[in-house]
Amino acid sequence: MQNSKSDVLIVGAGGAGLVAALSAHESGATVRVITKEYATRSQTCMAQGGINAALGNAGEDSVDAHIANTLKSAHGIANAKAIELLCSQAPDAVEWLDSIGVCFSRTEESKIAQRTLGGASAPRACYAQDYTGLKILHTLYDRCNEANIEILDEKFLLNIESSENSVYGVSVLDIKSGEIEFYEAKSVIIATGGYSRLYDKYSTNAKGTTGDGLACAIRAGARVSDMEFIQFHPTALKNSSILISESARGAGGYLLNSKGERFTNELAPRDEVARAIHYESMKGEEIFLDIRHLGEKFIDEELPQERKLAKLYENIDPVYDLIPIKPVAHYTMGGIEVNSESQTSVSGLFAVGECANHRVHGANRLGGNSLLELVVFGKQAGTNAAEYAKSKKQKQVPLREPKRVFSDSNPEVDFYKVKENLGELFYKNVGIVRTKESLQTTLDVVNKERQRVNLMGVEDKSTIYNTNLIEFLEFQNLLELSSLVLSCAIFREESRGAHYREDFTKESEAFASHTVIDRDGVVE
Amino acid sequence: MKIKIQRETLEEFEVDVHDATLLTVLNKIKVEQDKTLTFSSGCRSSVCGSCSVRVNAKEVLACSYKLQEGDVVQPLRNAPVIRDLVVDMKKSYETNRRAKAWLSRITGDVSLSIEHEKINEIQSDCILCGSCYSACPVFAVNDEFLGPFALTRAWKYTSDKRQNETKEIVDVIQTNGVWSCTLCNECTLVCPQNISSKADIEKLRSKSAMAGYSDPSFANFGSFGGGVSFDGSPSF
Repeated sequence: MQNSKSDVLIVGAGGAGLVAALSAHESGATVRVITKEYATRSQTCMAQGGINAALGNAGEDSVDAHIANTLKSAHGIANAKAIELLCSQAPDAVEWLDSIGVCFSRTEESKIAQRTLGGASAPRACYAQDYTGLKILHTLYDRCNEANIEILDEKFLLNIESSENSVYGVSVLDIKSGEIEFYEAKSVIIATGGYSRLYDKYSTNAKGTTGDGLACAIRAGARVSDMEFIQFHPTALKNSSILISESARGAGGYLLNSKGERFTNELAPRDEVARAIHYESMKGEEIFLDIRHLGEKFIDEELPQERKLAKLYENIDPVYDLIPIKPVAHYTMGGIEVNSESQTSVSGLFAVGECANHRVHGANRLGGNSLLELVVFGKQAGTNAAEYAKSKKQKQVPLREPKRVFSDSNPEVDFYKVKENLGELFYKNVGIVRTKESLQTTLDVVNKERQRVNLMGVEDKSTIYNTNLIEFLEFQNLLELSSLVLSCAIFREESRGAHYREDFTKESEAFASHTVIDRDGVVE
Repeated sequence: MKIKIQRETLEEFEVDVHDATLLTVLNKIKVEQDKTLTFSSGCRSSVCGSCSVRVNAKEVLACSYKLQEGDVVQPLRNAPVIRDLVVDMKKSYETNRRAKAWLSRITGDVSLSIEHEKINEIQSDCILCGSCYSACPVFAVNDEFLGPFALTRAWKYTSDKRQNETKEIVDVIQTNGVWSCTLCNECTLVCPQNISSKADIEKLRSKSAMAGYSDPSFANFGSFGGGVSFDGSPSF
């Protein structure tokens, strides 16, 4: 078993992880990043719409308006101070991205171009065609190269190692060799992304968005919160769940039913639009996105990726055809509980990005606020983790003997089938609308599956690049998180933002708070 | 539909699909037929660059290629195969660091026009899938060659108006860099993002010439030296 030290260890090389790495490095810490993929392949590259900042380049805007919109969309459960920080830092965050070389689209006046996303009172999202996340992520990666930050690829997080509620490193599975490795660090930042793949094929997310960091953080004693708030993006391609950016509606795209009628305000926040689509489809209607009237020139300039994907996956050309769509799971508002310094309840363990809950999205995230979050809080987490490391001496801790990760016997139950069924069930029962009964039924299934997880396992016995094993580990993380999502959703007997209960359709003052949960169940 | 996949040997699989992407089919085979089948994938929408492979000897992204009867699927070339369709990208990824593809100094006081942004818009679409390294005949014989995507990145950062010092990059691309390319254009033909690294390399050559560098292979032709090129016009 290898052992290797750094001041700060960052797990995850998406936008949040790389921003944190850069700022920890700038603070003078030795930094190491580990990722289960390669540095530019994370979920961040899929972000299309933009990053919010009240620059007022395309119409009047203000930080106050940004704060007000974010608060409103959060439906009463957000930390106003955190939102204030997020929105007031936004212009600096975008300016910083621009200064390091992000190729933002521009206006005639040589300013960063901005467009309107749902729930925003002004064109506020700075974008780079519909490749905003890709271009931000790659530029961050280039900065990490410049800073000569060590990035170790293809290492799967197994455990956050802590003792006496204080972190001292992580253990990982090296995917290439099958070896378990241990990395010591004075502080650890978890930046591993969300858990939308709980919905399996009913998610816009990449296949690796399996909440590994959240599951490990809970096991290490950290708490998570607001797990029931899962955002459904209104417009994913019908057959493949591939995302069509909200900017298509921001630019004037319509939602139509089979009769060709509009049925909702396309620019309302995502939770409202997703529900409108849900109820329209319940009437037996097919739902389409219509951007034909925007014209070929506009589509090729602003939405080139969308045109390519619609052609490939739906065999239609949005310039001439309606785009068949459905809402699918897109972003998980819940995450690891952190304080105003991005630190979890485990000393020295920090979290940032979609895996964390900085309480800025509340019950429904605004489009364009997640790329923003990863810059603003990524910097904060990186700086604070570096400061923490300076004040700490490395603990002398005996290494644990690693558990075997798989057995020699062949599994009796195929976890791939369980995973697929669970995804279907979650989409149907824990999706855009929920009831006590639908949630309870699902919890029963989850409990049953958790009991027989020892009958599941891997058929591939190779130690070399065993994706069967990795997928099984990811599945177990999702299964663990699914119970928490359900407990929180059952507990919350009201409707708020993305959590809509058909048996409690109104917001209730009694639930105007966060749902915080630890290893042992709902705590507040 | 029957297809062949390169593993330790070329193995045939039969799948019942129509109008499906290769990635969909690989997933289907893994879940339904052989859980040991090994490949990489991520976003399934052509932006993460994880699933590049070769089909019938041409580089494609598995998520954007529609499978045909009789297709032969193989891993990328010019990188060590770890298992089945998965290769080790370490060497090609490292070229980005070697090419010093970044802004050398951050000033934050430059504003870009639409025109400035368009100069390298397409180069900034690169997803580092590695198709170009697989297709590159120079990288095949010289693994110290900086290679297509790193040179495209070098062009991106030298052409960026925010870059106030291009010397660092221009210096570093002289050896095993722009002059080692044969301009065969294979990289362009396989790029899923329609980037032409060959064209970027040509632009970097002009930039190098303007900085006083010349093609080292011409340096051997003593009689042509002295600042005059073949057509008699003075060279830079």
